[in-house]
Amino acid sequence: MRIQLTNGKIAGKPGVSELFIEKGQIVSSLHGPADRVINLHGAAVLPGLIDAHCHLRDPGYEYREDIVSGTRSAAKGGFTSVCPMPNTSPVCDNASVVRSIITKAKKEGFANVFPIGAASKGLAGKELAEFGLMKEEGIVGISDDGRPIATPDLLRKVMEYASDFALPVMNHCEEPSLSDGVMNEGYLSTQMGLRGIPTAAEDIMIGRDIILSEYLNLPVHICHVSTKGGVRMIREAKARGVKVTAETCPHYFVLTEEACLGFDTNAKMNPPLRTEEDRLAIIEGLRDKTLDLIVTDHAPHHADEKDLEFSLANNGIVGFETAFALGYTYLVRPGFLTLEELTACMSFNPSKLLNLGRGTLEAGAPADISVFNLDQEFVFDKDKMLSKARNTPFHGYRLYGDTVLTISGGKITYEKLC
Amino acid sequence: MKLRNKDLLGMKELLPEEISEILKTAEMMKMVLKSGNKKTSHMQGKSVVTLFYENSTRTRLSFEMASKFMGASSANVSSSGSSINKGESLMDTARTIDVMSTDIIVMRHSQSGAPHFIAPKLNASIVNAGDGMNEHPTQALLDMYTMKEKYGSFEGLEVAICGDIYHSRVARSNAIGLSKMGARVRVAGPATMMPVGIDKMGCTVCKTVAEAVEGADVVMGLRLQLERQSKSLFPSVPEYARYYSVSQEILSLAKPGALVMHPGPCNHGVEMPTVVYDSPQSVINDQVTNGVAVRMAVLYMLMARRNQE
Repeated sequence: MRIQLTNGKIAGKPGVSELFIEKGQIVSSLHGPADRVINLHGAAVLPGLIDAHCHLRDPGYEYREDIVSGTRSAAKGGFTSVCPMPNTSPVCDNASVVRSIITKAKKEGFANVFPIGAASKGLAGKELAEFGLMKEEGIVGISDDGRPIATPDLLRKVMEYASDFALPVMNHCEEPSLSDGVMNEGYLSTQMGLRGIPTAAEDIMIGRDIILSEYLNLPVHICHVSTKGGVRMIREAKARGVKVTAETCPHYFVLTEEACLGFDTNAKMNPPLRTEEDRLAIIEGLRDKTLDLIVTDHAPHHADEKDLEFSLANNGIVGFETAFALGYTYLVRPGFLTLEELTACMSFNPSKLLNLGRGTLEAGAPADISVFNLDQEFVFDKDKMLSKARNTPFHGYRLYGDTVLTISGGKITYEKLC
Repeated sequence: MKLRNKDLLGMKELLPEEISEILKTAEMMKMVLKSGNKKTSHMQGKSVVTLFYENSTRTRLSFEMASKFMGASSANVSSSGSSINKGESLMDTARTIDVMSTDIIVMRHSQSGAPHFIAPKLNASIVNAGDGMNEHPTQALLDMYTMKEKYGSFEGLEVAICGDIYHSRVARSNAIGLSKMGARVRVAGPATMMPVGIDKMGCTVCKTVAEAVEGADVVMGLRLQLERQSKSLFPSVPEYARYYSVSQEILSLAKPGALVMHPGPCNHGVEMPTVVYDSPQSVINDQVTNGVAVRMAVLYMLMARRNQE
């Protein structure tokens, strides 16, 4: 299939308006007539977005999401590659589960799927999982996901052993003994009578991970940073040359704990939404490149798991179909980041962390391309999502940056207008 | 003045004028209670269901009496003996009660926000009779009624609330309601039971119970909620009683004649010794009596709002 994109604004190539795709790659010119010529009417053409942290719920929880619905939702959000976390059932802690996920994704999916393998068998925090055998099947990183690698001793072993296979270690930082709550601890949790999770729970573990990384001189990646203190420690560590990288999510730079008012379970997540002070610190962290990645932590849940008393509802929100537009609307339009910087956080930087060889529109790169309409406002409607789930706090938000076209590996995976 | 909302979910949702109106209405209800004939027709032909997921003596009984005195038919559903024990969800249980043309559901639940969760989805009015650690608005209203009976007004009133503030919905509702009406609330208790940010709710946080009680007009003890202690927040009950109880010596620091209150049930010798509980300053039994009057007022006013629609 040969595709010619015309009339686009190609990222990083001022004055260029065309892009050519052939045999799944970006090429400088086509060898023959194009099968499709797509007029983009001035939309922005970016290297395909990569989500380094999401949940596809497959295998095991297909009633929430599966590889097909999840990648379809990702494609609608402009993602060409997604990295599902290992908290499936069975847990993605061995080669055969990795193989089955990738096989299904290749056959039926709408995006490249690069799984993250479990750090410990069964996510139990005891024994190392088979990093090497999983890597042979295609994992690109190691994490125990929502279960923080709780003991420093295990984290040390995970970091050391992962370094033999050049796999990044991604840790969800929340000290479990301080995390017995359902929202951020503070005035609001007190006022609402809900058990709080202090920022200290996150900061303590980020601090610990940095200390180990520095001591061992090995890399560590901090998942979804939500606190001001976390950003500060990562900034200081980076300045000292510690091999720490970090990510955050759109909800941490758009929302605060006030979204929980009225006991709205679509504002319930882990780590919890924090205060305005934290939100501003996250934006500053993205601005000065303390935070490297923006990930979705796409966490689909069935309505029955969310439409409940606040404390009983599951944690997490879906994110594929709002992530870029929230980034563009809340970071680029107000001038905190340039479009190039936002794109780096959502494409080149995740590719670099996970060694994917993507995140570029240069000739010879895989044809992973995302096209967005940056000029027209749209109203986000949860009922038009392609995800199976509806757990989003962004219904009705007026945003910029709707997806026009997504091409993954040279195949059109989402198309609107053209 | 009519209530603005269909439901009574918390003191947070009430305006000062609404609080005044409820307390004024409760005065009339108390006269009914004191008259020989405890029967009115305010709620003739209406139905009230109490839905209790947690144990209760005072609250549930006083709502039931209040309904009966005003001529409503009332029934009770509690976790034991109902389909809740078969695992039926709160929403389904509440909807089942709702569609039996129930006018008012009085609900107590262990989860904060549970009444807020069901209220917008039901036709019936919801009265929050305690949700987790969030609120217990009718308790605050009856406490305030009891204070007003003695002092006439809340302006400048100094109220000391002592004990397990963290787990207490009574403390939260009182702090919110009293602050709205111009009283000053001081709180004291173990630092492990003092919730973060309570000062931003308009409370003065005191280091010791003595400091909170000194010069106070009202001294309120809170029940040590042993069933809610998830973690070790204090070493032992005797140590708690030694440092955080409202003893006679501590009480003597309050203004002469200061009211002693307790939402009940009381752990005698823990929150306060029996001599304080039974002292002439104690209005703990008045609180219970006033609870019926205040709940009559709340039910009546919610019903009036429903009739208007």
